[in-house]
Amino acid sequence: MKSVSSRERIVLRAARELQDGFYVNLGIGMPTQVANHIPAGMNIVLESENGMLGIGPFPYEGEEDADLINAGKQTITELPGSSYFSSADSFGMIRGGHIDLTIMGAMEISQEGDLANWMIPGKLVKGMGGGMDLVVSARRVVMIMTHCDKKGNPKLLPQCTLPLTGKRCVHRVITEHAVFDFEDGKMILKERWPETSAEELRKITAAEYTEADSVVEMVI
Amino acid sequence: MNKVVATAAEALESAGLRDGMTIMAGGFGLCGIPENCIAAIRALGVRDLTIISNNCGVDDFGLGILLATRQIRKMVSSYVGENAEFERQFLAGELEVDLVPQGTLAERIRAGGAGIPAFYTPTGVGTVVAEGKEIRDFDGRMYVMERGLRADLSIVKADVGDHSGNCIYRKTARNFNPMMATAGETCIVEVERLVPTGQLDADQIHTPGIFVDYILEGSNYEKRIEQRTNRPAGSA
Repeated sequence: MKSVSSRERIVLRAARELQDGFYVNLGIGMPTQVANHIPAGMNIVLESENGMLGIGPFPYEGEEDADLINAGKQTITELPGSSYFSSADSFGMIRGGHIDLTIMGAMEISQEGDLANWMIPGKLVKGMGGGMDLVVSARRVVMIMTHCDKKGNPKLLPQCTLPLTGKRCVHRVITEHAVFDFEDGKMILKERWPETSAEELRKITAAEYTEADSVVEMVI
Repeated sequence: MNKVVATAAEALESAGLRDGMTIMAGGFGLCGIPENCIAAIRALGVRDLTIISNNCGVDDFGLGILLATRQIRKMVSSYVGENAEFERQFLAGELEVDLVPQGTLAERIRAGGAGIPAFYTPTGVGTVVAEGKEIRDFDGRMYVMERGLRADLSIVKADVGDHSGNCIYRKTARNFNPMMATAGETCIVEVERLVPTGQLDADQIHTPGIFVDYILEGSNYEKRIEQRTNRPAGSA
């Protein structure tokens, strides 16, 4: 077993969600790192919701272009086959169900698949950006997050305590301990990290879930 | 019909810039923002503006410079996280903010410019965004009604334009600019390069001149980069 940090484990497992030919939107932060683990030979087109398909790597120093950024406002490059379009066209392709997969970070997820990841009451609200559009419209919505918050409190809950980003919109959540799917408002354990016992997982998961007929080992 | 003006200030004065106006400003972050128009609005000193723009610049650049002079009363945006003065004015109750999901914002502007008063979207159903709005079931799925959006004035940045107002954007600097060009009662476009009519390939035009009232060649573009990210030299 590779020795990697919790966050690396989450990113590596998330990369296994990619399939050849997918058009994929990756959220800002940890999800962006999934792009570094696209399997060799797999053709993935990354979308940036500010108006680009076919995101290339960061530019070399001195080759940055102020007119070419990703949704995180980082300088990027284009690839053969890249295309540019307006924000309206971008969200048209998102809402129209043309994006195969979005991978995004989450703050809380409920056992019914509700998602909260855009505001914490009492803290300054920065805005939802394009997150609310993506989570209700991508064909597959995969959330990645650490299983518990920094204080050790579960983030998989019976109900979200934070304001929602979307209702019953999450298809799958990947943490460092497990992979759960949401089907018809029910949460189902699909994969468990081999070093995490079934009892341990119950203890750190406040949400109610059932175990799939065959829970398999989480592999990265 | 002469659309060409020499400066952003001249365009704004011709467009009747005044206190209390609602202005759409193109750009995503600091990418594709109408730098010359923003600077001229600051210099002309109008107040109580409602600004519709995806973001609000940073403290000392982009729309942020209109916050510093207290010229903005209300922002309609999807994300406003990069700005300390914004935070201060918002928490002090000096600045009103209407947060709109990015795709809904883009479509509201597109709809407004296209004569569509309202539309239904799945975005925001079951969240605070949908509170107080009509919810409707189409084919078993719930949608929220959102209104088309127009403005008194739109200020747009393109890469190249011609004397007829035809415009071409460059890379991701396109973003909200084309829709905003259609949704302002008056539209001012500033370009990095202005060419005589006939110099642009008609097949490559993004914004046809019909939407554009004034066009000017901007000057002194800073085009600041918000997050300079590089790959190491020698890497693939």
